[in-house]
Order: sequence, then structure tokens, then C-alpha cells
Amino acid sequence: MELYLAALGICAAAAVLAAVVTRRVRVVVSSILGALGCLLAGGVALRILITGSTSTFHTSQLLPMSGLSLTLDPLAALFILASAFVGVAACVYCVGYAHGAMASRTAMTLLFVFILTLLAVPAASSVVSFMFCWELMALSSMLLILTNQAHSSDARAAALWYGVMTQFGAASILLGLLLASLGTDQTFSAIGAHSSQLSPTLRSFAFVLVLLGFASKAGAVPLHVWLPKAHPEAPSPVSALMSSSMVAIGVYGMIRVGEDLLHGGTVWWWVSVAALGVVSAFYGALHATTSTDLKRLLAYSTIDIQGLILIGVGAAGVLNDSGQPVVAHLAMMAVLLLMVAHAGFKGALFLGAGAIEHATGTRNLDRLGGLIHTMPVTAFVVGVSACSIMAVPTLSGFSSEWLLLQGLLHGFADSSTPALIVMLLGVIALALTGGLTAVAFVKVFGIGFLGQPRSSGAADAREVSTSMKVAMGWLVVPSVVIGVVPGAFVALLNRASSSALATPVVSPIDKGTGLVLSQLSGAIEPAALFVGLVVVLIVVWAANQRLAQRRSRRVDAWACGRELQTPRMQYTATSFAEPLQRVFADVLRPQNDVEVTHVAESRYYEQSLLYENRVVDVIEMRGYRPLITAALRVGRFSRRLQNGSIHRYLAFGFVALLVILVVLA
Amino acid sequence: MSATITTSLYGVAATLIQIVAVGLGGPLLVGLMAKVKARAEGRVGAPIVQPLRDLRKLLSKERLHARHSSVVLPLAPMIILAATAVAVAISPLVSTHPFLGSSADILVVVYLLLTGTVAAALAGLDAGTAFGGMGSSRVMTIGALAEPALLVAVIALSIQSGTSNLPSMMSSTIAHPDWVFGPSRLLALGALLIVVIAETGRIPVDNPATHLELTMVHEAMILEYAGPELALFSLGEAMRLGLLFSLVANLFFPWGIATSDSVLALAVGVILLMAKAALVALGVALIEVRSAKLRLFRLPELLAGGFVLSVLAVVTGLVTK
Repeated sequence: MELYLAALGICAAAAVLAAVVTRRVRVVVSSILGALGCLLAGGVALRILITGSTSTFHTSQLLPMSGLSLTLDPLAALFILASAFVGVAACVYCVGYAHGAMASRTAMTLLFVFILTLLAVPAASSVVSFMFCWELMALSSMLLILTNQAHSSDARAAALWYGVMTQFGAASILLGLLLASLGTDQTFSAIGAHSSQLSPTLRSFAFVLVLLGFASKAGAVPLHVWLPKAHPEAPSPVSALMSSSMVAIGVYGMIRVGEDLLHGGTVWWWVSVAALGVVSAFYGALHATTSTDLKRLLAYSTIDIQGLILIGVGAAGVLNDSGQPVVAHLAMMAVLLLMVAHAGFKGALFLGAGAIEHATGTRNLDRLGGLIHTMPVTAFVVGVSACSIMAVPTLSGFSSEWLLLQGLLHGFADSSTPALIVMLLGVIALALTGGLTAVAFVKVFGIGFLGQPRSSGAADAREVSTSMKVAMGWLVVPSVVIGVVPGAFVALLNRASSSALATPVVSPIDKGTGLVLSQLSGAIEPAALFVGLVVVLIVVWAANQRLAQRRSRRVDAWACGRELQTPRMQYTATSFAEPLQRVFADVLRPQNDVEVTHVAESRYYEQSLLYENRVVDVIEMRGYRPLITAALRVGRFSRRLQNGSIHRYLAFGFVALLVILVVLA
Repeated sequence: MSATITTSLYGVAATLIQIVAVGLGGPLLVGLMAKVKARAEGRVGAPIVQPLRDLRKLLSKERLHARHSSVVLPLAPMIILAATAVAVAISPLVSTHPFLGSSADILVVVYLLLTGTVAAALAGLDAGTAFGGMGSSRVMTIGALAEPALLVAVIALSIQSGTSNLPSMMSSTIAHPDWVFGPSRLLALGALLIVVIAETGRIPVDNPATHLELTMVHEAMILEYAGPELALFSLGEAMRLGLLFSLVANLFFPWGIATSDSVLALAVGVILLMAKAALVALGVALIEVRSAKLRLFRLPELLAGGFVLSVLAVVTGLVTK
């Protein structure tokens, strides 16, 4: 515990240092300090996962009245480990990336505060400590979104959306936790011990409130609207942290409160969690396919993966409640593995997107292309991470999604109706998103890195600095390691999952390098598959060199005999996804405008033609805009009360005084 | 101890036989389908071994790389070949326990096939030409719509067997012959047939014989390929076809597959596998002769039909369990 506190202290020191020293020192020294703090926190979390111990800390010095309580148990440790891992990369990345507004005193200080809170929230173990860390996390990330507000009005709008959503969420969580702690102390252990005495209605009410708050943080549709706005506008290390760690903490909250504090509750809680997951997975994947802004695409893909995670959490909850603890543990372990894997590859993808933006000045895929020639390291990082998210075998996305599918498949053995519905919908959602994710990330790599550059920025791109390359490379490691030897993490996952789900069981996955489910039947050995793939690749390469001539000659592209091949004739990200956009037009509601200008002499000849295609978030337009206009109308109406006349205000005061006197009398 | 060594030796033998059988058999199946189509249309047609001859001819040609292409162009066919070969190696095609058969999960095979599709689509975008992008976009669209049907159909089969391990699925089918004509199986078979036609790019989804620019799907994607790289690409695609045909045949009619360790069983397994795959090829070729290629934007209806069939397969499987 002391070491964990020391790690938090180092992050705090980095924040303080960033606030006082000069720009160059700030960018280098405090970033390194922050990375060290994250490394230490990750080490402590790893030790707790290995030993399975739990340690607590309480001080009444830091927060008034209740004090600050921290508890490190395996479940919290796993989330801290994931945040710390991405945190190291974000800090190192900053050394090369921070320039302009991001290198400012405010932004750097806030970055380390944000990292500090990401490491602290999972450990907070009383209502006040939790809400304190949670709000600090929300505020620091909201201000970080504003970093580039001088250049982007979208950043201001994004921060406003995020601020409103996160504050509603926080209020809802606070209310839920207070309800859950009725009649007892506000520490989590007291709530956990007392919650079985609460009436079922009250418990369900508390869970729904908490679920609303955590679902909005986790980016679950329809509470996701802030996410595709905020993640693109934040500086890349911040979006990497938000997308891989902060949204995961939303899921952590659901597991902690639903399973640990309220002991699983009733089946419909988890059916609703899974339903949120199904909708999010499909909606996120569909929008990721049609987005052309690289970071917006990644944000929607985060919604997709979070949806899959919620499906797993829901399935685990349902199975745990209906007496299938072994499969429930399997699903929970799958979810936790997917969370860790997602932290790795999504962090790498966001850092890669930042590198592209840094090098080309744009993140619009329609203006990129050919970057594999100028930015080979970034291309490698994005390529491997994209393969991982597409669930290419022997990478982390595959191992975790396979495990999740096994959880759902064996969940079919439970014959209760809610369980069957959750499993069926879960399988359908996984199936639907698999193909769509592949389209989205073939688009990212194929349009962004292959072909010819579509703008001068892309043509003049240079590879980014060493520290950024190191940071991106660091985040590729989990994709490969979890992918090839997922069995090495089984013991850690089992500890975390056992501290989440109360019923103790023998781990459903055997010890070993691969994932072998001997209790349930089913196994994969990714290490063997990996060796097989490498061997075949070498054999094919050698045979190709022996049987055919070795030297290759560069020629103009054939393209069915076309002589002229300009970059503008290539497919773009928009045209690549156009067929699917048309297929799913009923869900996406794309807006197309064609504007034709004719020459003055004749209407048969056209002077110019403007074609516009936009895909907006339907839920935002149909669900939120009416609410916003209604709120504005109420605001405008209430402004009539406040017209600036001092006489009127005095009259209000007088009337209020009279009313109070009458009521009191 | 010696028994386990013998078993693993037979496993290695089965794996090698499978790779060779699919590596040679895949192109032969392509040739067979061309022949059947030609005969049905009243032509003589090229000999069945023509695809193999084409491969040899392509290997002797000059290696040409398009100007703006990158390392993806030579790498993609190798990745397709590697992914397909590993899928072939672990699948129970000739014997129920090939080497690595314990991790022969049907989901691994599904995702290895997806890996091949992704590599091919990236190859199409590599040279930066309009046709390549068009082919990739269409292939990924079809792939994204076929993937759900494939995955759910596979899950339907796995639910019945209680596992997604391929050898166990086949053994349990052999143990329960009554499953074969159960409603869930037949629905899943329907879904898988649609998927196989889509994944191998046959009519009515794609026309492998077309070179008309605007209707090309797969051919547009590989326009920039020539010589040895085209040979590898075609071999990879042919092996995919061979794998899909034999896997579908074995999932629904596993009898004949070697369940014991003997040379005779392996020999019978190879011969029956060839026969079953040829039957599937015959069926697909006849469908090709009888139908016209669908418009690209009519395809979602067909593939959604496959998806609905596969969901129905899961539901009926649960109801009749």
C-alpha cells in the first residue's frame, strides 16, 4: 500500500512540477516523472494480482469529515494495471508530442492530475472518496478537452457536452450510492455487508441510478453522445487515456456496485446491462464503419468494444444469478481480458492517430494516404493494433473475443429464458460487429497508409520522434503477448474475477500457455497457431524465392489500361464505406445533397457540381436536440423574470419575505 | 508412451496430407467447376488441371510491382496462404485428430478466413488505383454481411455439440446420425451454403469469369497482381475454396473421416474427402449455371437471408434441445 501511495505521490509531484518549471523541463522531466509513477503503480497492482492480497488505507487528513479511504483488491488492481500501462505510454508520448497548447502549464498539470485520478478511482472505497476521485477525473479530463480550444470551436462544444453528461452521471451515481448506504456507514465494506438488508425495490432503484451514471461514462448507447465529440477533440495522449482507461472505469463501477456491493441483485439488472451492450456494440460498429475522421472512428469503435464488454458483464451477471457460477466466471474473465486488450490496442491506435495528425496536420482519412512509405513505424503500430481489434488470430483481440464467445456458447447450457435471450443477442451482436469492425479498420489502414497521398500534408509527412515511437511500441506489446500466450494471464484474471463475483469456483480455464477449458470443453493454443503461421510464411517466402525469379521490377499500375492515375481517382474513406452506408441507410440516415450549377448558355451543360454526404448521430439529433431546445426555451422564458430592473428584484425579495413570514406564522 | 508417439505421428501425417490434399485439390476443384459449367453450357471447356498449369506458368513470369505499392503487395498473398494453410492444418478434414487438433476450434477457422479476406482487401488498396479500391470496398461489404451469417451458423452447430472444438463436433455428429436431418442442421446448412458462395466469390454473388470493369468484385481487387504473386494469390484463394467446401461437407456429413490411427483409415479419409468436396463443387457449379449474378445492392437481401436462416438455426436448436 505504501508503494501505491508513493506512486500516487510521484504523479502528484509530476503535476506540481509541471506547474512551476519552464516549458522544456516541464515537457521532459515531469513526463518522465509521471511515467515512473505509473510504472510503480502498475507494479504494485501486478503484485496484488499475483498474491491475491487486499490492503487498505485510511486517512482523515485529506478530505474533511469522512477522510480518504483506499482499498486495493484484485478487481481494482486489474483496472489500475491497465490504466498505469496506458499512462506510461501517454507520459512518454508527451515528451515528443507536447507542443503549443498541450505543452502549456495548465494542460501538463491537468494531464498528470487526470492520470493520478485514473489510478485512484478503482481504489477508492468509500462513497465520499469515490465521488471525490471521480469528480476530479471528470473535471481534469473536461478541461483537457479544452486544450486546443483556441483553434477549434468544436472543442468547446465537446467539452460542454462532456461536462453536462458527466455531471448528470455523477449526480446519478451519488444518489444511487447514497440510497445503497441508507442506514449504514458510507464505506464500501459497510455497504456491502448491509445491502442484503435493504428492500429489493430500494436496491433496484439504487442500481438503476448507478447504472445510468456508469453507463454514460462507459459510452453505452444512448448515453454515448459525448464520446464521439470529446475523444477526437482531446489531445491524443488524453484521448488514449480516456478511451482505454476512463471508459473502462465506467464498467468497473457497474461490476463493483452491482456485483460486489449489491451482491448481484436480480436477473433483470443484468439483462438491461446486456441490452445496453447489444445496442452499443451494433451502433458503435456501424458508425465506426462510416466515419471519416480517424479519431471519431476510433471513438465509435470504443463504443462498439464497450458494448461487447457490457454484453459479457450482463451475461456473467445473469449466469451468476441463475446458478451457473463456472460459466459466469468464464464470461467475467473474458470481459476483463477484453478490457485489458482494448486498453492496449485502442491506446496504440489513438497514439497512432495523434502521430498522423502531428505529421500531416489532418485526421481526415479522405485526405491521407501512402503513409506506409514515410511513416513505417506508425504504420506497423496501427497495422498490428488494427489487426488485433479485427480479432485476427494470435493477437489479443482474438483471444479475448474467443473467450467471450465461449462464455456465451456455454451459457446456452442454462435453460432459463433471460439467460437464453442474453446469450442469443450477445452472439448476434458479436457476429454483426465482427464484420463491420473489419471494414472500419481495413479502411483505416488501407486508406490512411496505402495508395497515394491524397493531400500535400500527407505527401510531406515525416516519421515522428523517438519518444512517440517508443510509446506506441510499448502499447503494441500487450496485443502480441496477450494474443500469443493468453494463458499466462489466466491466474491474474481469475483473482480479479473472483473478487468481483462472490461465489468461489475453481478457475474455468486451465493453467498453461493457451486457453484450455477442460471443465467446459473447448481450447485454443495461440502459441502453436503463431508458430504455424510463421513457419508457413517462411516456407512460402522461401519457395517463392526459389521457384520464381527474385528481382522485382517497378512498373506503372495497370488499372485496366488506364494511363493516368491521379491520387484523386483513388477510393476514399467515404467511397470505401458507401455501399455499407447504403445498406444500413435506415439506421444511419445519411444526408446527401447534390448542388448543380449550369452554365449560363444552356441548361444541358454543367459548370460545377457539389456533392455532400454527411452521417450524423441519429440519437443525438432525434433524442438530445429536442431536449436541448426545450431547455433553451425554459431558459429564455425564465429570462423574462430577470429583466435587469432593480425595482423588480426588490419586489421579488419583498414577496419572498412575505411568503416566508406567512408560512412561518 | 509409444502409443502417444504413434498418435502424434499419425496426427502429423494427417496434417501434411490435408495441406497437400487441399493445396492440390483446391485448384482442381476450381478446374472441375469450370469444366462442369462448360459442359452444362454445351462447351468442351478446359481440362480440370488447367488451374495448376496456370499456376506453373505464372510462377515462371517476371515479378512486377505497381509504382505506388508497398510491402503489402507481396506480403498479402503470403498471409492469405499462411492463414489458409494453418486453418487447413488444424481442421479435421482427413482425420478427426490432426496435429494441433485439440485447439482446432471452429472460431479459429472462421477468424483465419477473415484474416485472409482482410489481407486481400488491403492488397487491393495498395497500388492506389480506382479499380483496386472498388474491389476491396465491395469484397469487404460482402464479407461484413456474410460474417454474421457464418458466425451464427457456426454457433448453432456448436450449441448442438456443446463445444466449438471441430473434432468433437464431428465425433458427436458421427455418434448422433439423427442430428443430420434435424431442422437446426438443415437451416444452418442453408446459411453456410450462402456464406460459402459469397466467400468464394461465385455466382450469384460474384462472377469469377468476368472482366467487365463495373461488375468485377474479386477480379478488380487483384488487377495489379501479376506473375509469381498472382500465382500465390490464386493458390491461396483456391485453397480457401477447398477448405470451405471440405469443411461444410464434413460438418454435415462427417462419415468417412479417419477416426482411428491406421494407414487404411487415412487413405479412405482422403478419397472420401475428395469425393465429398467434389460433390459440393458440383452443386455450387450447377447453382452457377442456373442463376444470374445479382446486382451488388441486391446482395444484402441474399446475405440477410443467410443471417436469418442461421439465427433460426440457433433458435430451433434451443427449442428442440
